[in-house]
Amino acid sequence: MSIELSVPSRSEYVAVVRLVVASLATGTRNLAADRIDDLKLAVSEACTNAIEANRKAGLDAPVVASCWEAPERLEVCIADSGAGFEPSALSAHPEVTDPERLNFERGLGIPLIRSLVDDLRFESTPQGTKVWMTMFGGPDSGDETTEIVRTVVGGD
Amino acid sequence: MELGLNVDTSNPTYAVIVVRGELDVYSAPKLREALIELVSEGHRQLIADLEAVEFLDSTGLGVLVGGLKRLRSNDGDLALVCTQPRVLKVFDITGLTSVFRISSTLEDALAG
Repeated sequence: MSIELSVPSRSEYVAVVRLVVASLATGTRNLAADRIDDLKLAVSEACTNAIEANRKAGLDAPVVASCWEAPERLEVCIADSGAGFEPSALSAHPEVTDPERLNFERGLGIPLIRSLVDDLRFESTPQGTKVWMTMFGGPDSGDETTEIVRTVVGGD
Repeated sequence: MELGLNVDTSNPTYAVIVVRGELDVYSAPKLREALIELVSEGHRQLIADLEAVEFLDSTGLGVLVGGLKRLRSNDGDLALVCTQPRVLKVFDITGLTSVFRISSTLEDALAG
């Protein structure tokens, strides 16, 4: 089963996307409440980046959120039409003890997503970026099964 | 959801800003403006009460970091009140728990 949601590239729609994805995950997946919160936050970060990418490219293109459900996982893709980026070129933030750390008011989104979802992939071209986020845990799987799948497939 | 902000400047030492609702890319600019206004009015010791914040993402966090930076460069500080795990988690992951003074209650924050 899959759903697709296309929204205008404006900040007021970020809440719409995260609420739709969180509702889907709550209604159809056996995920703990804090995992739903993690997904909601990750989607918010990806949508915020997508809007910024479209804005920087001067495009009035939509942000497209897609969700695919498999027995053992939920995949969410957030797509923009911006100029793309090189994920491996992202600069690391200074240590929190470094006074320079306070100069980083932005750029926290991707590190956050990485720590919130079970798997994160980027497909970035000069025509746009797709951010793929995976949460393991099927509709009928209990916590124990979810943990096993996360360990085996997610490698952590 | 609309962001609610209530500012209380009745305490002689601290100005308190109570934040309600969802703090994201849409609503965070409103908090940024409120923090800038308090600093421009001369307040240097601020407390942001985040107990009624239902959602916080990195854009909201960035505004708080910006406020902290602005205040510290003026010999001030921005302290936080927060006990909600879903909000504290964002500070934990980004390592900012150790950058902000975070209290469990407004009374504790006011006590310094």
